[in-house]
Amino acid sequence: MTFCPAPLLAAAGLASTLCCSFAPAHAATDKLLLTGGVSSIDGAAGGGLTPWAVIGTQATAGQWGISGFATAVSTQDYRLRVVGLAAAWNDRLELSVAQQDFDTGATGTALGLPGLHLRQGILGLKWRLAGDAVLDSDRLMPAIALGIAAKRLNAGGLASTLDALGARRSGNDVYLSATKLFLAPGVLVNATLRATRANQNGLLGFGSSTASAYRLMPELSLAWLAKRNLALGVEYRQKPDNLNPSALGHGLAEDAWADLFVAWAPHKQVSVTAAWVDLGAIVPAVKPQRQTGAYLSVQLAF
Amino acid sequence: MQAPAKQALPKQACLTLMRNRLAGAALACSLSALPALAQTTATPPSPVDSALLQAFGQQAGLQGLADDFVIRLLADARIGHFFKTINPKHLKKQLADQFCSVLHGPCEYDGETMKNSHAGLDIARKDFNALVEVLQDAMDAQQIPFAAQKGLLARLAPMHRDIVTAR
Repeated sequence: MTFCPAPLLAAAGLASTLCCSFAPAHAATDKLLLTGGVSSIDGAAGGGLTPWAVIGTQATAGQWGISGFATAVSTQDYRLRVVGLAAAWNDRLELSVAQQDFDTGATGTALGLPGLHLRQGILGLKWRLAGDAVLDSDRLMPAIALGIAAKRLNAGGLASTLDALGARRSGNDVYLSATKLFLAPGVLVNATLRATRANQNGLLGFGSSTASAYRLMPELSLAWLAKRNLALGVEYRQKPDNLNPSALGHGLAEDAWADLFVAWAPHKQVSVTAAWVDLGAIVPAVKPQRQTGAYLSVQLAF
Repeated sequence: MQAPAKQALPKQACLTLMRNRLAGAALACSLSALPALAQTTATPPSPVDSALLQAFGQQAGLQGLADDFVIRLLADARIGHFFKTINPKHLKKQLADQFCSVLHGPCEYDGETMKNSHAGLDIARKDFNALVEVLQDAMDAQQIPFAAQKGLLARLAPMHRDIVTAR
């Protein structure tokens, strides 16, 4: 069963409809550098791992914009590739699509599924409810945004195993983010609270027969604007551990994710993010070691 | 704000406002109409203010920055048109005074409030962002350290609420 591209096409269609309904006829790039964040692995604007209460692309109030990204993550035993698009309107509304491709490597082979790739499509919608993350430097009020990520997993040959574990193949994350750039020191703080039951962000399905409730997961990002076009930061996000214990004992336990990143915007329309990531345990039954490694992402905005 | 732009607030209210509201209030306490009150000293500079004033080269440095800033503004393809009818020399002096004032330096800004001077210009957020970029370019050219640049931007940024009027 191949991944159904319908959500991707629908979102692209919606983005182009938005594009044609609003003058001017071309998208805009009038945000200050890096204030739109980068593209997270789920496609929403924010840090690399966590969505922020900023609206993506380089467009600002009264404008619409689009951006695209490609991300590659490589740890000791796994690889993740993500591509996606985002469209933004009036610095208030953000629509994103992302396609994740997780290469299970030797673990797939060990599970009797050599060459197994887990593919997940994510449709995201984010609405900035209140506040301004950047310019209200005389107030403590952060920008606040509500977001939803509708996720659908194509588990390939692993589908029957996930069924047996009670893990569904689709799920929705709902989150609330508060973000503020403290302009004088140039420090950005983001706190996100995510209601989710995704296993490994959805790559191992959603919920399990023993843990199917939504849980509130905290996520935190801190970034320092070292130069106009350079930010250094750290992120941390907790994840539910629904597949632990399971029929495989602790074999599908998972941990929080974290990263240390550098984001560089050599041009208004281009940003590059490099990070060291710690993805914790991923199927420790087969690969017990903590999965750490490199993350690289490129985003183009129009 | 109902009071006419040039009417001064009582001194104590002015100082309290400036302590609490930084740039916006410093401008609202425009004192040009009353010479006696114009002698009033604003809040003395804090250590942070003093460090910033030092980094910007005191009043002379701020004037140099303002001069460069205005030249760049007039030449900017995106927002230059907003400044077509402005007297550049006057604007250079006003901006230098305003920068000095928000850093709590020994100056008086006696110009219009941000709200009044930008009323009816239909300025959008993108225009304000463009202006910030031009100011950053000017500060880069003046070799102001980025830490100090952030400090000045933090004092000026809230003015967007009075300047950006386009919906």
